[in-house]
Amino acid sequence: MKLKPEDLDKISQRMRATTNLREGAGRVKITVHMGTCGIASGARDIINAFLRHIEESDAKDIIITTSGCAGLCSHEPMATVELVNEPPVKYVDLSVDKVEKIFNEHVMGGTIVKDYALAIGSERIT
Amino acid sequence: MQDLSLHILDIVENSINAGSSRIEVRIVADEKADLLKLLIADDGRGMDEEEIEKARDPFYSSRPGKRIGLGIPLLAQAAREGGGELSIQSTAGGGVVLKASFTMSHPDTKPLGDIAGTMRMLQVTHPEIEFVFEHQRT
Repeated sequence: MKLKPEDLDKISQRMRATTNLREGAGRVKITVHMGTCGIASGARDIINAFLRHIEESDAKDIIITTSGCAGLCSHEPMATVELVNEPPVKYVDLSVDKVEKIFNEHVMGGTIVKDYALAIGSERIT
Repeated sequence: MQDLSLHILDIVENSINAGSSRIEVRIVADEKADLLKLLIADDGRGMDEEEIEKARDPFYSSRPGKRIGLGIPLLAQAAREGGGELSIQSTAGGGVVLKASFTMSHPDTKPLGDIAGTMRMLQVTHPEIEFVFEHQRT
């Protein structure tokens, strides 16, 4: 077993510290959709890819969290990237390679990756 | 779902959405009894009898506007196919204890998968929640 119970405490403490740091200073919020549909289509790999990029970039102003099913199950895995004072952008049909591009260009560079974004009005949710 | 660590992630997401502040995940691999036992317990808002009954129905969700909820039905199916069973104990307001068992030697029992990856990811994305994780082999 690679993970010991005390490791979870350490992770929790470390993340609490950075979360406090981020409060009021959060520049980007990344939400990975973690409903049953998202998990079954690989959302855990997507979130781990984002976490790896965050760690490598040493950025302290990125909040990453999960949410449930967004009603577009056929487009999972999905993630929403929201820069402060800008509208949220939903990215669909994600892969680890797409995450790298989204992280570099949108999260760090501020430019929306249009090719991977959910086009408005292209899908019926009902 | 490819493995049990993904089912666990899915069920724990339910616990998070139920407003839990403490979530336990316990896995016991009982070699003598040939049984893998999984317990997920939370202190969220709980389920009443009707909700427990409906939770196994894939065409039921507790979320408003949602008509399908596959998390518990899929885990129940995985347990059944692996020669085990699933049970849910809860009272409204009193948290939920979900137990699933699997016959370890059963060819259709799914592998455990990256359980450490699941727990690490949960703790990183939800630092406000206290996660307790135990994996025993007896």
